[in-house]
Amino acid sequence: MPESVAVWIDGMPLRVAAGTTVAAAILIAGQAAFRRSVSGEGRGPICGMGICFECRVSIDDREHSRSCQIVCRDGMRIRTR
Amino acid sequence: MSHERSFADILVSGAGPAGMASAVRARESGAKVVVLDDNPRPGGQIWRNEQLHPSSHQASVWFRKFSASGVEVIAGARIVDGDAKRRSLIVEMEDRALKIEYRKLILATGARERFLPFPGWTLPNAMGVGGLQALVKSGLPVAQKRIIVAGTGPLLLAAAAYFRRQGAIVPIIAEQASSIRLARFMLRLLRHPAKLFQAAALRFCLRGTRYLTSCRVEAANGNTRLESVRLRRGDQLWQEDCDYLAIAYGFRPNVELAVLLGCQADAFGVRVDRFQQSSQEDIYCAGECTGVGGVELSILKGEIAGYAATGQTDLAARLFGALRKARHFAAVLESTFILGTALKNLALPDTIVCRCEDVTWQRLQSMESWRSAKLYTRCGMGPCQGRVCGPILEFLLGFHPEGVRPPAFPAALETLVE
Repeated sequence: MPESVAVWIDGMPLRVAAGTTVAAAILIAGQAAFRRSVSGEGRGPICGMGICFECRVSIDDREHSRSCQIVCRDGMRIRTR
Repeated sequence: MSHERSFADILVSGAGPAGMASAVRARESGAKVVVLDDNPRPGGQIWRNEQLHPSSHQASVWFRKFSASGVEVIAGARIVDGDAKRRSLIVEMEDRALKIEYRKLILATGARERFLPFPGWTLPNAMGVGGLQALVKSGLPVAQKRIIVAGTGPLLLAAAAYFRRQGAIVPIIAEQASSIRLARFMLRLLRHPAKLFQAAALRFCLRGTRYLTSCRVEAANGNTRLESVRLRRGDQLWQEDCDYLAIAYGFRPNVELAVLLGCQADAFGVRVDRFQQSSQEDIYCAGECTGVGGVELSILKGEIAGYAATGQTDLAARLFGALRKARHFAAVLESTFILGTALKNLALPDTIVCRCEDVTWQRLQSMESWRSAKLYTRCGMGPCQGRVCGPILEFLLGFHPEGVRPPAFPAALETLVE
C-alpha cells in the first residue's frame, strides 16, 4: 500500500496519509463546513460514523457521498458546498 | 439493474465487537459466515482502525481470532432493505448492489451517540465525542488543538485521554452527572476491580485536565465555525476558547434495521431471549442494538448469538454467568449517568433540533407526537431519517418513533429496483 495519496479538495491539491477518510482530509484542508443546510447554514460532521449525514459532499461527481465512510483514493475530486 | 447474488449460512450485520465475536463463534460450527459493515474496515466504533495496532489485549485477541476464522468480510456495504420471510438483504456498495440470502441473520448494528440541542450546536467543529474520536482515528491530526470534552459517561474520560495521546490540549471535561452520583459509582465498581483500575489509570493519564461534575455546555459560539463554548456549573458561567467541542449524552441503540425486518424493539433495544434470538425466528441480535452496556457485554452477547444461531446452545449457555456480571456493570453505568432535567432547558426557541430539515425547537414544542412533528414540520423526514432528532425528542418531549419504512438508509434507485 502506498504511504500517501493525492486528492483534490475544491480544486486544491492535498496529499494525505493512506487510509485517511475523505472527511478527515477535508478538515485537514482547513475546511470546516462540508455542506449548506436547507436554510443555508454551513455544517460539518458530528457522528463520524455514517448516521448524521452532515458530512455529505460530492466525490468524483457522486453527490451526497458520506465523506466519513469513504477512504481517499489517488486522484479523487472532492467538492464541498 | 440486476443485483449480484450471494448466499451465507450465517449473515452478520456489523463488524464491531459483537459482530466479530458472533461471526467467530458461528464459524466454529463450519458454517459459511459473511459479515457486512458500512465502514471501510472492521472494528466497529470502539476498535475503529485498530486492526494493525490494537489498543487493548482484548481487541488484539478478537482481531486475531476474527482474521484467522475464515469468515468473509464485505466492507463499505450498507444494508438498505430486507425481507425476513424470504431471508434476504439488499446491500448497497460504492459501485454496485448485492442481494444476499441467508439461513440465519445476526444483527450487531451497535449504538449511536445521543446529541442534545443547545444554541450553536450546529456550528462546524462541534461534534460528538465518539464522532470526533472516529475522525481522529480516520486520519485527522489534533496535535496542539484545544478540545473541550462534554456530556456524560465514561466515554468522556476515554476519549479525552485518547485526544491527549494524539497531542491535543484538553483543558476541561464537563460531566453533567453530580459528584455524589460519581462517588456512588466508584463504590459500586468495587465488584468490578478491573474497571476500577481502568478508571484510575485514565484519571492518571488526564492529570492537568479539569474534570468538572454537574457541569454543562450551555452554548457554542463562532462565526462560520466553532470558536468558544459557554460552560455552566451551578451559578458559575464562563467562556472557554476551543478548536473542537466533543459532546454527547450517552448512546441509543441502532434498532432501525431490526424493526424494518419485523423484530420487536423498544427504546432500550431489540427484544431478545437469553439466546439472543429476536421475535423473528431466523434473526438473532447482539451487542448494543439490544441494550447499551459496553464492550464486554457486547462480546458476550455476540458469542452467545453466534453459538445459538448455529445450534451450539450448550456452548452459549456456558456464558450466561459471565453475562450476568457484565449486565451488573451496565446497570450501574446507566443509573449513574442518567440525564439531569436541566438539560431539557438548553434549547432556545430558534435553536435547530432537526438538522436535516432545519426545524427549530419553537416549532416542535407544541407537537403532540412524533407523527405530528413529522407531518407538520418535516422533523425526522430528512436523510438521517430521525436518527439524530428522534432520540432528542424522546428526551425532550417523550416521543417514541413508530415503525421503520424501507429503505433503511437513503439509497440509489437502481439499488432498490431489481
